[in-house]
Parts: sequence; structure tokens; C-alpha cells
Amino acid sequence: MTTYYSEEHEWVTVEGDIATVGITQHAADQLGEIVFCEQKEAGDDFEKGDEIGVIESVKAASEIYAPLDGEVVEANAVLEENPGALNESPEGEAWIYKIKLADAAQLEELMDLDGYKALIG
Amino acid sequence: MTDAPKRTPLYDLHVELGGKMVDFAGWEMPVQYPMGIMGEHKQCREKAALFDVSHMGQVILRGENVGEKLETLCPQAYATLKEGKARYGFFTNDDGGIMDDLIVSNAGDHYFVVVNAALRHQDIPHMQANLDGVEVTEIFDRALVAIQGPAAESVVGDLCPAAREMKFMETIVAAIAGVECRISRLGYTGEDGYEISIPEDKAIEVSRAFLAHDDCEPAGLGARDSLRLEAGLCLYGNDIDQSTSPIEASLSWAIQKRRKEEGGFPGAARIQKELAEGAAKKLVGIKPTGRAPARQGVEVQCAEGNTIGAITSGSFGPTVGGPVAMGYVSAGHAKPGETVNLIIRGKAQPAEIVALPFVTQNYKR
Repeated sequence: MTTYYSEEHEWVTVEGDIATVGITQHAADQLGEIVFCEQKEAGDDFEKGDEIGVIESVKAASEIYAPLDGEVVEANAVLEENPGALNESPEGEAWIYKIKLADAAQLEELMDLDGYKALIG
Repeated sequence: MTDAPKRTPLYDLHVELGGKMVDFAGWEMPVQYPMGIMGEHKQCREKAALFDVSHMGQVILRGENVGEKLETLCPQAYATLKEGKARYGFFTNDDGGIMDDLIVSNAGDHYFVVVNAALRHQDIPHMQANLDGVEVTEIFDRALVAIQGPAAESVVGDLCPAAREMKFMETIVAAIAGVECRISRLGYTGEDGYEISIPEDKAIEVSRAFLAHDDCEPAGLGARDSLRLEAGLCLYGNDIDQSTSPIEASLSWAIQKRRKEEGGFPGAARIQKELAEGAAKKLVGIKPTGRAPARQGVEVQCAEGNTIGAITSGSFGPTVGGPVAMGYVSAGHAKPGETVNLIIRGKAQPAEIVALPFVTQNYKR
């Protein structure tokens, strides 16, 4: 399965018209120990670039920005009870949203792994 | 700030230990080490942690009747501070606000004062201009290191047995690993511990000797902030400033009885009036019911939806295991147990007014 990356350090994988979105390990490492994740609810829709959640470490809050237009199908309930999972497995069990894509063509605007690696140096 | 941040005598050690360096009040300081803020916080609560606090201003006062003269600037009873004792206090302004908080020690032939890093440029001229006949000298050639936590007595006492015998808020001069240091049994974490003033050229050597103890690990400014917040201790610039009075800040415990009665310090009119009648607002502990941390600036509303105050310090408390905060609320809503709402990103989140501190202070009385 192809993984796409945004400049806001999110990853996106797609099955049919459903995208799974999370933050990269690099982003999780930069944020430090995560203690809270505020998520939107199923049914909320948004456009690319909108703020769709907040991740808080001990020290500070950081916004999550939508990498694509879409609608939340499911917010990962694991993060409510165990936000620290975002440090342990941000690219695995600690995905943040399942999103119904509004415009699959927007995937082409995201980076591939090589592009993302170049971004984070 | 146009100048490059300054480095403390421990800079090379921080880098060697993997400290993540940030600019804090004009100083390049470690915010955390590889252990992380949570681990460093728990290290301090359970064992012992070493903090570099050399960015704070260390000042020597020499002259006749220094304690009495300090009483003209501070509402503390410094004239009766015994030799070998330290006392927390603050400079007040003519309106009864707090200019800075500080620790004053009576060192026998002089007084030793520690002030906040960002305010030394205010405090030192303030003392020079107002302490008539007192020589005010900032010392730049000494590091200041805090060893904090239940194992602090063992960490410091193994190298300096005299430190074991000290009580909370006592200060002595003694040798640690052959280096003459000023050792004070105090700190700002809510735990037992020491702050140790060390000649700069020996600071890394002495710090390494502490870190050689199995129970001592380095901790950064991140853990220092979450520790002091759980301990209910004010951070100047967040929780107290030129506009807040000590009574509003719930610091009346730090003003001794004689000074409360006699006055004779800047802003005494307001402070004595608030002591008698109560202040209009009060600094309180605020415990969010949910998991979302409430940061500085978050609005506090009463159950009916009216604004009653704002958060001044807020974070995640690693020992509490959830968010903790302090803030000012109007006096009518300051009772522990009162339910309030915190407006976080536009949404009302429930919280409760609680007594401070969030964790029991563990001082060696």
C-alpha cells in the first residue's frame, strides 16, 4: 500500500475511498511525551489545511492540519485513553483518523517517502 | 534579545549529557535530557535530580544592618533572620505588587540573595539605589546547582556529611569533594533538597560527583516547571507580577506577623488592607476533570457562564497523572470544591478549584 506524506508531518494510506491519517514518527519524536489528543468526531467534514485536532505534550500544544479534504469516518478511540500510544506507535496502532476522501486527486499533491525523508533531512 | 544567549559554567556538561538546549531568559539552558520531562520529573519525586540554576542572579550584600534595610524593600522579617538561615521573600512596589521573588540568607558577615534570571537587571539597581550604605555585588564566578528529591540527602551527604544534619531553610559553607561551596537546604520542587553555590571552575567536577551517585540524574527546565507547579509554587511572570499583590497570590504565609502588623514596606497600605478585608481575586489550584491541559491564558468561568478569572500556569502533572493548573479567580469562587469551566479552544471543559499543593511537600523540617 502506498503511503503519502504531508509537509505537516502526517502520513496517509488509502483503501478505496477511505484514507487513514496519522502523524509520523519524526513528528512524534519532536513533540516529546504526548499526554493528550483532541480529535474531531465522526461526521465532521473539513478542507485541506483546516485544523482537525490538537496534540499536547507536557510542555506545549500542537495543531493537526488536514492533509486532504474529507469527512471523519472514525476517530481512533485508543488515543483518548492512551495518548502516549502516539509516541510508541504513531505509524501503526496510533493512527488518528479514518477519513472519507472528497477528492482523491489531492493525493498527488502529497509527498512519497523519499520526498518526506528529504524534507526532514 | 540581540545578544547571543549566555552559557552557564555547566554548559559543556549539559551537551555531553545530551541536554536539549533552549534560550531561556537570555541563557542557553537544557529543557530536558534524553530521559524526557516525565522521567526526569519522576526521578526527582522518587530519587534525586540535578538541576542547573546558574542562570539565577547570586548577589552578596555587605554593610551595617543589612537585614533591617532589606525590610524597607520587602515585607519579610529579614532583620530577625538568624545567621545560617534562609527565608523566601519578595520585593514589593508602591502599589503592593510583586517586583520579583527571592531567597535571602543570613551568611554571618554578609547576606546572600538569589533572584530570578530575567530580573537581575531590575533587582540589583533597585537594591543599590535603596539600601543605603550597603555594598551590593553580583557574583558571576559561581555556578548554582540544585539537588532535589528524597535521595538528595544521600547524594549530597555522601560527599559532605555536614549536609545531612541541616534542616529546611538552613545554609552553611562546607567542602564538597574538596571544593568549598555554599550549601542551602531548600529548592523549588516541593521535595527535600539543596541549592549549592559552587566556584565556576569546579562546577562540572562537583556536578559529576553528584551524578556518580546511583540515585542522581540530570533534569532540565521542563521538569523543573512541572515539579514547581504540582508543588503549588509561583513562577514569576506567570503567576505573580508587578500588578499582583502577595495576598492575591496566596503568599501571606511568606509575610511574618510583625511585618503584617507594623507595615513599613512598599505597598503596605494595599497589602494590609487586603489582609484585613480579603483580596478581590485569589490564586488557587485548578484541577481539570478531563485530560486536556489548560495552559496560561485560558479563561475560567463559573457554572453560570460568567468570566471569573484566568489560568496563569497549566501543564500535565506527571506525579498527579493528569492536567494541573493555577490561576486567579474572583474571591467569591475561590473555595476548594467549587466547580468551574475552562474555555479551551472555544469549548467549556469542567474543572474544580482545589487546595494547593497538588502533591504533598516533602521538606526536612
